[in-house]
Amino acid sequence: MPESDLDIEESPKKEVKEVSQDDNELKYTIYDVIRTIKDPEKPNTLEELNVVYEEGVEVKERTSGDVNVVRVEFNPTVPHCSLATLIGLCIRIKLERSIPYRIKLDIYIKAGAHTTEHEINKQINDKERIAAAMENPNLKEMVENCITEED
Amino acid sequence: MAKLETVQTLSKHTGRVWNVSWHSKGHTLASCGEDKTIRIWCQENSKWVNKVILTDGHKRTIREVAWSPCGNYLASASFDTTICIWDKKSGEFECNATLEGHENEVKSVAWAKSGKFLATCSRDKSVWIWEIADEDEYDCAAVLNAHTQDVKKVAWHPSDDVLASASYDNMIKLFREDPSDSDWICVATLEGHLSTVWGVSWHKDGQRLVSCSDDTTLKIWKQYLKDNNEGVAVIDGQETWKCVCTISGYHNRTIYDVCWSHTTDLIATACGDDTVRIFKEDDCSDDNAPTFSQIVCVDRAHSQDVNCVSWNPSLPEILASASDDGEIKLWKFTEL
Repeated sequence: MPESDLDIEESPKKEVKEVSQDDNELKYTIYDVIRTIKDPEKPNTLEELNVVYEEGVEVKERTSGDVNVVRVEFNPTVPHCSLATLIGLCIRIKLERSIPYRIKLDIYIKAGAHTTEHEINKQINDKERIAAAMENPNLKEMVENCITEED
Repeated sequence: MAKLETVQTLSKHTGRVWNVSWHSKGHTLASCGEDKTIRIWCQENSKWVNKVILTDGHKRTIREVAWSPCGNYLASASFDTTICIWDKKSGEFECNATLEGHENEVKSVAWAKSGKFLATCSRDKSVWIWEIADEDEYDCAAVLNAHTQDVKKVAWHPSDDVLASASYDNMIKLFREDPSDSDWICVATLEGHLSTVWGVSWHKDGQRLVSCSDDTTLKIWKQYLKDNNEGVAVIDGQETWKCVCTISGYHNRTIYDVCWSHTTDLIATACGDDTVRIFKEDDCSDDNAPTFSQIVCVDRAHSQDVNCVSWNPSLPEILASASDDGEIKLWKFTEL
């Protein structure tokens, strides 16, 4: 490879940036996206209600193929099953749309916060269930309302 | 030593591609996905081209497509709760039958080798068996409510009218027609996976199955009939199935699909860590405690999750894969 004065970053695949991020930078990038998600019922953000918090975002060990894995924990205010699932859905959709590079996302309810947490966790980490849910116009509208950024 | 090389990348779909299906003669490939289209691919001067696009068949994501064993029909299963049966009798592909009945998303569709039945499954927890009557006539022969959760996949035995189903309830179930009363019954339940079972694939001898799961393992299951030589107890009915091998430690994320080649016996997997892997049974393998080795691992096979892998039934070295990144890749396997 000829030497060049300019240090050009390679982007081998389409628009997906192969930039390797410092773990902390990635953690804050992710938290920055989810903290402004609006709660489905209350006129507050998830951050304001302490449903999401910085310590809930954990950058895990990369896969053997060098892909980032991130675990996001959330603590729903009300132990209502469908609302907890909806919040999980909002977190996933907003992150999928906002992060331009390859990350694998695991979203979990804070342990002990909900009686049916296993059932909820399983649903919100099943991408086929998520995809089908987002084809339901009513559910899609609810999610869009929660994740739209107000300028 | 072995390798898997890209032959061609097919990039016409917009949005994730969920599934690909090879025509039994191996010269045509059908694909489907989030963009609600089915694309038919054929080779032209040794390059694969998108010959036909089928639109307006479904109102939502098309989750799976399957060619009939005779090759004259293509079935498509959709999140819109219906199944379309397409044929080219008029010269162009047309949907000449729509199967309704499932209460929500249909996840999988499969044709029995005998040509007598079609099976479908859904998030409504049921597996439906459809009897294929005359042309374009499909009668519901059974609604099987054996699973307690979303059913992800159905796969027919390589020669008999026996069906395997894989579910979000972590189990695999086998069904066949009871000869005495023509009722379909569950003849075996395969328990062992710790999370959703996404796929199953039969070995060509029909006595073994491989399954893949969200628990990141593959499991090999073997059939033991009543009065078997190995002394395996068969308590209920005529057969039992045992997990004789668990392949773990290789996949980092959910394994979405598995395909056992009926020509080479190689097992290919599609994983949520963007990788395609190939496993081969070891030579000195004990039939009742087989061992398998990973012989190929293609990191970054795609730039996102791999959803499907399928061996070409006529060209044993050709493998197709489909991904969330909207691409289909055709691979050539070579043993070095």
